[in-house]
Amino acid sequence: MSLLPDIPATAAPPTQLQLKLRRQARISATLRYSLLIVVGLIMIYPLIWLVGASFKTNAEMFTSAWFWPKDATIQGYIDGWKTSTPYTFGHFFINSLQIVIPKVIGTAISCTLVAYGFARFEFPGKKILFAILIATLLLPDVVTRIPQYLLFRELGWLDTYLPLFAPAWLAGDAFFVFMVIQFLRAIPREMEEAARVDGANTLQTLIFIVVPMLTPALVSVCLFQFMWTMNDFLGPLIYISTVEKYPISLALKLSIDATEAFNWNSILAMTVLALTPSLIVFFLAQKSFIQGISSGGVKG
Amino acid sequence: MGGDSKFLGLWYVAPYAIGLLLFTAFPFVASFYLSFTDYDLLSSPEWVGLKNYEKLFTRDRTFDKSLNVTLTYVFLTVPLKLTFALFIAVVLNYRLRGINLFRTAYYVPSVLGGSIAIAVLWRYIFANTGLVNMIIVAFGGEPVNWFGDPGNALFTITLLRCWQFGSAMVIFLAALQGVDKSLYEAASIDGAGPWRIFRHITLPLITPVIFFNLIMQTVQAFQEFNGPYIITQGGPLKSTYLLPLYIYDEAFKSFDMGYASAIAWVLFAIIMALTLLAFWSSKKWVYYAGDKRS
Repeated sequence: MSLLPDIPATAAPPTQLQLKLRRQARISATLRYSLLIVVGLIMIYPLIWLVGASFKTNAEMFTSAWFWPKDATIQGYIDGWKTSTPYTFGHFFINSLQIVIPKVIGTAISCTLVAYGFARFEFPGKKILFAILIATLLLPDVVTRIPQYLLFRELGWLDTYLPLFAPAWLAGDAFFVFMVIQFLRAIPREMEEAARVDGANTLQTLIFIVVPMLTPALVSVCLFQFMWTMNDFLGPLIYISTVEKYPISLALKLSIDATEAFNWNSILAMTVLALTPSLIVFFLAQKSFIQGISSGGVKG
Repeated sequence: MGGDSKFLGLWYVAPYAIGLLLFTAFPFVASFYLSFTDYDLLSSPEWVGLKNYEKLFTRDRTFDKSLNVTLTYVFLTVPLKLTFALFIAVVLNYRLRGINLFRTAYYVPSVLGGSIAIAVLWRYIFANTGLVNMIIVAFGGEPVNWFGDPGNALFTITLLRCWQFGSAMVIFLAALQGVDKSLYEAASIDGAGPWRIFRHITLPLITPVIFFNLIMQTVQAFQEFNGPYIITQGGPLKSTYLLPLYIYDEAFKSFDMGYASAIAWVLFAIIMALTLLAFWSSKKWVYYAGDKRS
């Protein structure tokens, strides 16, 4: 399978073995391409169909598997934008941003501080705390969810966005801390030491020397957090009860319940709208994503 | 860095330590305590000893069903998804032109997958007159009742998660690209065929990543919620009623916090047991470079 790295191009006539290997390589490449294209189409077609179908009329929706609409209409988007509530889709989008923005900022700041602490300092209890950090990577949320709810209830935070982003300000996502620590460990310390010799304190060193070098890692962190928070459903489902405060995910669920039986294209149009921010962010920054995922390993 | 107080680092990790205590450690202990109580939010928790667990294991048929469904789901989804991810990664791990394009295309479903918008899409694709059935009929087949038939519904949700094999695949691919190419050359000169090379060189060398993916995907699969909640609401006949759905209903619909905590702890115990089993068995099959045992 994945043999055949570089066969040196030599002036001498190719040996029997080299000829055989080259032939194998050609067949192999053809097979691989065919397979990848077929699988790729199966993977992507549902999304293409989704976009096409969101422009179809309700009458045409379930008549053909072909994605291209016969008489394209934007009625789905008009109805979808209005939603089945007194609020527009834009209103829910802004609600989502009110959760996402504080959460992303909090995550970036707290993870940087904590990762710096772990990667650059010795302190009593560091080993234990780091072991706990790793252990919590595997800790299922399901076991802490109920008391967390009771805690936020005591604080009077139900039906606010605070339960959704406040934990992020205290480095609540151990995974991101871990990712930044890994990144920091690979950065040489000479610059930081030079800055310290010149009289900078550790916080100044962090802000002016470390953070600029950390930028690629922090971009990954922000992107993943943006995506996950944008798509989070269970969190808002538990904590947000007023329709006016719904983020996109809950608004979409509400609309399905209200109009699914008849207004299919508006549901699909809303689905497209709900996916658009994530898609845009992904395509703008796919390099960071793939790097982030291959270096740290990501759930999802 | 010399000269600094040895407590300086503690200041930096303090946010994490506080968050850990408030949002993880305390809830962790509290939920264990709550699992031995009767608590409906109206009066304070009342200690009932093992009553919740006793009910779970002896009298609760919903729990039996839900546990069964959950185990079936996990043991179906994780191997299918990982095998597929590894297979595609191996196919991609070649000097193909356009490899990045494919990698991106395969990764997109993973990026969007957590969104309930995708779960909504799934309902349309697998509806009785949905995309998949339209294609089946176009090829002269019989339409399948994907969600209405209790025998199919869980599998349809499994398909949704397998569709999101992208992140596992990207991790596999990174590991495959790290395998020393000279090993392949040596083996092929010695006359080993592609399958033997894969089986005896590639596979052992990437076992750490297989192990990592296995654990992460298993822990995640046990917590699946969005898919069944949106697509099937746990039905038909509770055939997709995974434990997280049951916990959610007990906690946030019936407000039976004690009982919900007990179910959560059983789920947690199962996940822990399987994780420990994986770690214990890893000594026998996971190969770490420089490790003499293998």
